[in-house]
Amino acid sequence: MLCDQCRERDAAVTLTTMEKDTVRQLNLCERCAAERGVPTTSVSPKSPLSELLHAVQQQTTIGGADAARCSFCQTSKSDFRASGRLGCAHCYGAFETSLRDLLRRVHGHAVHVGRRYRAPHGAVLERAATLRELRARLQRAVEGEEFELAASLRDQIRGME
Amino acid sequence: MTLDLSLLPDGGMGWLDASGEWSDIVLSSRVRLARNVDGYAFPARARDGERLRVLGQLRDAVRNVPSLEGGLLVRIEELTPNERLLLHERHLVSKELVGADKEHAVRTGTAVLLSEVASVMVNEEDHLRLQVLRSGFGVPDAYAMLKEVDEELGVEVPYAYHDDFGFLTACPTNVGTGLRASVLIHLPGLVLTKEIAKVLAGLQQMGLTYRGLYGEGSEVVGNFFQISNQTTLGRTEEELIDHLVRVVRHVIEREEEARRVLLRDAGYIIEDKLWRAYGTLRYARSLTFDEAMNYLSGLRLAAGLKLIAGLSVYTLNKLLIFSQLAHLANAEGRALTQSEGNLVRARYMRQVLAHEAGPHG
Repeated sequence: MLCDQCRERDAAVTLTTMEKDTVRQLNLCERCAAERGVPTTSVSPKSPLSELLHAVQQQTTIGGADAARCSFCQTSKSDFRASGRLGCAHCYGAFETSLRDLLRRVHGHAVHVGRRYRAPHGAVLERAATLRELRARLQRAVEGEEFELAASLRDQIRGME
Repeated sequence: MTLDLSLLPDGGMGWLDASGEWSDIVLSSRVRLARNVDGYAFPARARDGERLRVLGQLRDAVRNVPSLEGGLLVRIEELTPNERLLLHERHLVSKELVGADKEHAVRTGTAVLLSEVASVMVNEEDHLRLQVLRSGFGVPDAYAMLKEVDEELGVEVPYAYHDDFGFLTACPTNVGTGLRASVLIHLPGLVLTKEIAKVLAGLQQMGLTYRGLYGEGSEVVGNFFQISNQTTLGRTEEELIDHLVRVVRHVIEREEEARRVLLRDAGYIIEDKLWRAYGTLRYARSLTFDEAMNYLSGLRLAAGLKLIAGLSVYTLNKLLIFSQLAHLANAEGRALTQSEGNLVRARYMRQVLAHEAGPHG
């Protein structure tokens, strides 16, 4: 079968696209496929995680050095690079710049357009959550022997209680 | 604690009943949402105490969540290894949650909540993995049910959420909607006509991915493929579902076409092959799991092509689940080695097929 694009070489891959409800198939030779950015290697299940790790490892030093750490859970950039997993919600803030770039590569987008969410009703639950978070941070600060931080957290907690 | 699966609403097996659309080709549809509870490190990074607080918070919250009411909360740590595997074999929990894969030991605070509508894995990769599993091809229905659970639970438990990034997850491949929708689909026609590689390559070009019978990292056995969305960010939940449904509908059409071609061009070869599969399952004395899966795939195809009468899809689904090692061991009431399992599996197949299907060639 000849390549649908150049009509010269043998087709090596079939490119399938979907527009509305119509499926289109193009048979392409390796060169034309490569021009369109279609991989021509044989099919094997792609794991989103391995692709992510690949993308993470390609990011060199964008957004700061590997030693950068999340202040809440202490996950470092190199931890993330190794596992592909973030340690907590705060990591998204700590590594924001490089994450935006990474998300664009992995998802093709960097901004959420799905369901919007507001955390539970009113001040009560929010206060409870803040208190829980402050207490968790206090415990971490004490364990990390960061006494100044611990004292200020303790004051905040007292203020809220 | 011993796990009494009869306490589960429909034994956690409602999805096997073959009541859904296209259930001879699509075994089941599943949608899951990854959610984390605000204020705690994600499970892999959290301390035991934090994970236990997450579990406690869920337990409290469930009282006010009608769609999860009456659910059974199972602590994984309290189960025997075989009971853990049993849950995994029923597709109710992931390998990671029950520590069945060697990289992950069971963590403190891991649990699964099983209700009639949905299940919630607690302290897997994310604090909460909400999921709905349905028989046949019914992804939108599954999502509609799950959305309700998610909305009700999100009022009781504060989720980790960011205006730009959406629902925050341990792995950035899940962030945004946190939604993974999948179908477990049986494609023997495309495999036999060697069209499958093209179809799978097409899936990947359209932003979908595929895995084996047990999800991530599992091999394709018995011509079962799990097809799911690959990305979770930058599209709405409805768009993700809609896209999957449209592509899978197309895959089903291709599979049906392949089956027609097989019957037309190689009718007697196929018929012979499928009857041989039946004969082996009906009379063999020892069957490995992979062997059984492949012959069951043949039987399922034979039932779909109406070549062998008297075989219901429900029976075939049950055979698929109950011929796994932990289920056989559970039925026997003792641990089984692989080779003992092969003997028990063959006996089980013979019994069911003698009892539930008595076709004549």
